[in-house]
Amino acid sequence: MNYLALQVAGLSKRYRLGEYSSDTQLREVIVAAVSRLAGRKRDPLQEVWALRDISFEIQQGEVLGIVGRNGAGKSTLLKLLSRITSPTTGSIRARGRIASLLEVGTGFHDELTGRENIYLNGSILGMKKREIELKLDEIVDFSGIARFIDTPIKRYSSGMRLRLGFAVAAHLSPDILLVDEVLAVGDADFQKKCLDTMDGLRASGRTVLFVSHNMAAVESLCSRCIWVEAGRLRADGEARSVVAEYMRTFSKSSAGTVDLEQIETRTGNGEGRFTHISFLNAAGETTNYIRSGDRLTLRLHYHAFKELRDVVIGINIHNEYGTLIAASNNWATGDDIPMAAEGDGYADFEIDCLYLLPGRYYLSLWLGKWNNQQDVLKNCISFDVETSDYYGSGRGIEAGFGLMFFPSRWKSCAPQERLIHPEIEVG
Amino acid sequence: MDRAVTAPGAVVPELVEIGRARTVVQTLAELWRDRELLYFLVWKDIKVKYKQTALGVAWVVLQPVIGMLLFTLLFGKVAKLPNDGLPYPVFYYASLLSWTYFSSALLMASNSVISNTSLVTKVYFPRILLPAASVIGALLDLAIASTILLGLLLFYDVPLTPGLALLPLFLGILVLFTLGVGQLLAALNVNYRDIKHALPFVVQIWMFASPVVWPLSMVPEPYQWLASLNPIAGIIEATRAVISGSPVPWDWVSISAAMALLLFALGLWYFQRTARRFADVI
Repeated sequence: MNYLALQVAGLSKRYRLGEYSSDTQLREVIVAAVSRLAGRKRDPLQEVWALRDISFEIQQGEVLGIVGRNGAGKSTLLKLLSRITSPTTGSIRARGRIASLLEVGTGFHDELTGRENIYLNGSILGMKKREIELKLDEIVDFSGIARFIDTPIKRYSSGMRLRLGFAVAAHLSPDILLVDEVLAVGDADFQKKCLDTMDGLRASGRTVLFVSHNMAAVESLCSRCIWVEAGRLRADGEARSVVAEYMRTFSKSSAGTVDLEQIETRTGNGEGRFTHISFLNAAGETTNYIRSGDRLTLRLHYHAFKELRDVVIGINIHNEYGTLIAASNNWATGDDIPMAAEGDGYADFEIDCLYLLPGRYYLSLWLGKWNNQQDVLKNCISFDVETSDYYGSGRGIEAGFGLMFFPSRWKSCAPQERLIHPEIEVG
Repeated sequence: MDRAVTAPGAVVPELVEIGRARTVVQTLAELWRDRELLYFLVWKDIKVKYKQTALGVAWVVLQPVIGMLLFTLLFGKVAKLPNDGLPYPVFYYASLLSWTYFSSALLMASNSVISNTSLVTKVYFPRILLPAASVIGALLDLAIASTILLGLLLFYDVPLTPGLALLPLFLGILVLFTLGVGQLLAALNVNYRDIKHALPFVVQIWMFASPVVWPLSMVPEPYQWLASLNPIAGIIEATRAVISGSPVPWDWVSISAAMALLLFALGLWYFQRTARRFADVI
């Protein structure tokens, strides 16, 4: 049975900057009141519309992706939907229970044991006591930390907290679930668990709203996608096409250079950070026009916050379906990349010939050693590879040729007519 | 929107507008629906309060007992203030019980929202549960500390009067009053952190302005009504009256009850009016 699960109409949210801050003093309020009495007007520039006139509807069972740059208003939208804050204008109508996973482990208390925190956290997230009791074994099992369940969680590692928090959240069984970048944290196993859980929710007919910077995840999980830009709804449609449209503006505006500073979904200790990445063509110019068979250089700009010796920089390239196509790092190639001092630098990853077929690819970057990662950016950017007439035959390289191509030529040794060479015909 | 469980697919839930301002009736209905969360918040406060303390629950009793000993010595033996016919320790302990409950619950309630910033900015639940949990949680401390009063009554041979049955009524007024002021200050504290700094000091002054160490009968007759506007005054006086077996000062009790109700309504109104913006401001 299909019915409307959520209806958002004309939603706007205004923040007044500087009106109150986290520690407003009465003195300031009195001063402001006095100056108002004296006839001075409030500075109109201090208003910011985080969201402006957003309208959309979601059918029950739909998985809606929300994409947009940082500060575009995605998180504000989720905060409004989850009732954490209220809209300035507009309305939200919903059917059933909305639960949000803005951050797992909300409300955990350090002094309480894992078991006690399951009760507290579950109850804060809207579960009934009886419901928690029924699902307790399942939650403990899912978390994989049964041995420590009666230990105060101040003794937990951050990974264990995360597991426990997610275990509770995964058993919420809301009608509508709001998810914000849950996939950005944790190890590969954990991320797989998260994705499986979301898939399970989708399969059981829940409505899911999913905010992510991971375009591959949005494309594979969501049927529909909305794109929020500068507080307004820029596009609403089939996930694949909205993501494609969104990514296009991304590369156009940067013309071959992508800023990585703003990416929040990174892990690592932060002693070194990738700042931006440029695509250089054979002439050494930045470009966003990349073709199969091109000579291409990926220039990875970084900032080292301290001297880093023996670090390894690596890249992974995945295709649209999440298949790892190629990976490389300077340990494997035997090239040394010393970061002898604090400061900015770059490393060039030179590709003699790009064996990629036309299509969209996602790049992951990492900086660090096997057990000590400085900066890890998973699927941080995507780039398009265009077809090219590599062989000069007038026929392009096609996407359907497989996963990659080998620069190659054909030679033959066919059965031939016996040739009589004139030279041999010596008198 | 209801936070209650609905089995998906069974019955199609109603399409409800969310995030609107609520009436008092809706607020109370929501509170009732989320009573289990209230229970868990109270439970957490109690569980956490005395973890990693050597004396644990003994602190609940130590605070009023030390106050009682100090007051008995200073105001009883040295200053010889009137005691309405009760032994000094009983006189002071009775008033300190109510006062300790009021002051500790008020301090906790006023910080309840700002000390749960991570909750307020990350998940929705009726915010009113935070100060309510502080005020209700402090009742356990009061219950434990009350056993000492019973001991004192038996020790000093103060006869137990049937009037003691009225204590729950006075307690009800006290809780309502504390909740009212607690809500008001909790909401103000989000906007103005001055509250956090001023309150401990104000509470101190408030104690000496209340008939904790002195009886209301010390105040000249024409000004007694003024002193009794302080809701805690009537409660303390009435508590002492039922212990000593003297007639209950119903006029003061009614003023207390009216003031408590008024402050509760004001606190609830202000809290609910500002709660929608807590996450933006905190």
